[in-house]
Amino acid sequence: MTTLTAARTAIRVRGLIKSFGHGRGHTVALGGLDLDVAEGQFLCLLGRSGCGKSTLLNVLAQLDEPTAGSVDLGGRKVAMMFQDATLFPWLTAGGNIALALRLAGVPRSQRSARVAELLELAHLGGLQQKRPHELSGGMRQRVALVRALAQDASVLLMDEPFGALDAMTRDVLHDELERIWRERRLTVVFVTHNVREAVRLGDRVLLMAPSPGRVDAELDVDVPRPRRIDSPEVGERARRLTDQLQAQGSMT
Amino acid sequence: MTATTATVEADRGHRPIGRALWARLWPMTAALVIALTLWQLVAWSGFRPDYVLPDPLAVGKDLADRLGGTELWHAIGTTMRRAAVGFTLSILVGTLVGLAVVKSRVLRTAVGSLITGLQTMPSIAWFPLAILLFQLSEQAILFVVVLGAAPSIANGLISGIDDLSPQLLRAARVLGAKGVSLYTSVVMPAALPAYLAGLKQGWAFAWRSLMAGELLVVIANRPALGTDLHFAREFSDAPRLIATMIVILVIGMIVDGIFATIANGVRRRRGLGALPL
Ligand SMILES: Nc1ncnc2c1ncn2[C@@H]1O[C@H](COP(=O)(O)OP(=O)(O)OP(=O)(O)O)[C@@H](O)[C@H]1O
Ligand SMILES: [Mg+2]
Repeated sequence: MTTLTAARTAIRVRGLIKSFGHGRGHTVALGGLDLDVAEGQFLCLLGRSGCGKSTLLNVLAQLDEPTAGSVDLGGRKVAMMFQDATLFPWLTAGGNIALALRLAGVPRSQRSARVAELLELAHLGGLQQKRPHELSGGMRQRVALVRALAQDASVLLMDEPFGALDAMTRDVLHDELERIWRERRLTVVFVTHNVREAVRLGDRVLLMAPSPGRVDAELDVDVPRPRRIDSPEVGERARRLTDQLQAQGSMT
Repeated sequence: MTATTATVEADRGHRPIGRALWARLWPMTAALVIALTLWQLVAWSGFRPDYVLPDPLAVGKDLADRLGGTELWHAIGTTMRRAAVGFTLSILVGTLVGLAVVKSRVLRTAVGSLITGLQTMPSIAWFPLAILLFQLSEQAILFVVVLGAAPSIANGLISGIDDLSPQLLRAARVLGAKGVSLYTSVVMPAALPAYLAGLKQGWAFAWRSLMAGELLVVIANRPALGTDLHFAREFSDAPRLIATMIVILVIGMIVDGIFATIANGVRRRRGLGALPL
């Protein structure tokens, strides 16, 4: 019974502190953060620039050691999409995805079919042979998204993934992401500056506050899916969150 | 309007080979003509007698004669075989040392600056020791060639890996690359441009060391380009001396050009250096 409840929490963070540097240049990016993300939950993080969102994702992905506190993912595999597209410049778009598949242990014979399938998913069909520098910023972000999905992990961390997309492509990718999240029962932590996007996608939205980084407020999004980013229900919750964000700004 | 842009694009994509070649060839041809003219002028000025400073025509004739014979080609063969063996060994040594230094903090402190020190050391300074160790033999030449080239290759690899973008490394870690797969799939490809620059520089050092070596280590009945310089001076055969120097220069430039072409191709495929300065 206890193991069952334990299994329902995909990410458990307790008293997480992350600071950079020593002495005068010392920054406390995260100051004692507690967080539970249920398995299969879509969690969105909102907050001003510099409040520690990327830092939190890096610690969750075990790329950075916490200064203090604990992070427990119960041994789950993590995929991450970075704030700046980090495609490997010596590989084509298809090559980047094939590498992710290879490192995830997909046998060679299945890779090329999987690559084509994954690219199609993000409407990148004809771009398989293009190198990263030949793609637009939005295309690079989509390739990076596809590469993260290729890892077939159960936890997906996304750092402002759709920042460089036009509204139409973004809406399509919201639908795709939601569908994949459902089908694969992913646990998603999604960082964004777009309040409507957070409400459109999230089961739960956390509002973070800076110096030191912490969770300031949270909202359970009780709007039934499928949602539309321009629906009045989404708009109403977005307005509430925006007001909270602004109140936070006037305090500092 | 759109049509015009499209043609311009297509033009840039597949420039006719003839025109691309011409764009590279005419500055070289011009430089060559100017150099030959200057040389001819100095020869005519009587600054030095003919038998010491021959004019371009005399040298050209000597070169043409010897290119028609077999001896020069034997010499080129020996020298290129030594260059190939020495450079291959240098790549092996340089790469292994570079990787070892990258992996181990202790080694880096111990030999990091020594490698740069070796790079600045004139290779000719090694020959007395090499000759004591190996006598006048192939090994003596090989020893000095490797000592000349390997440090540059190691340094290229080390700086390539040191300058690896931390963001790419993070991406690689998240994708699950570790140990050998981290090196083969991310670290080495990322370091490739710097490694190629190291190889190019290593080649230049190898070629210099080899010529110095062949001048000093003369092995009987084995013609080589450096050895040829030695005998040309002994016999005061100035046209032959200068003709051989030209052969040495041209071979050095051709191999360097091959490395430059490979390196530029790699950089272009990554979108590096696409903007004119
Ligand atoms: N490697 C680092 N060294 C020093 N300070 C850092 C480092 N990384 C982040 N910081 C600091 O930590 C704080 C949080 O940074 P972080 O990148 O997590 O912000 P963020 O919430 O992701 O901001 P944004 O929305 O602009 O991406 C900032 O004050 C930043 O200056
Ligand atoms: Mg960030």
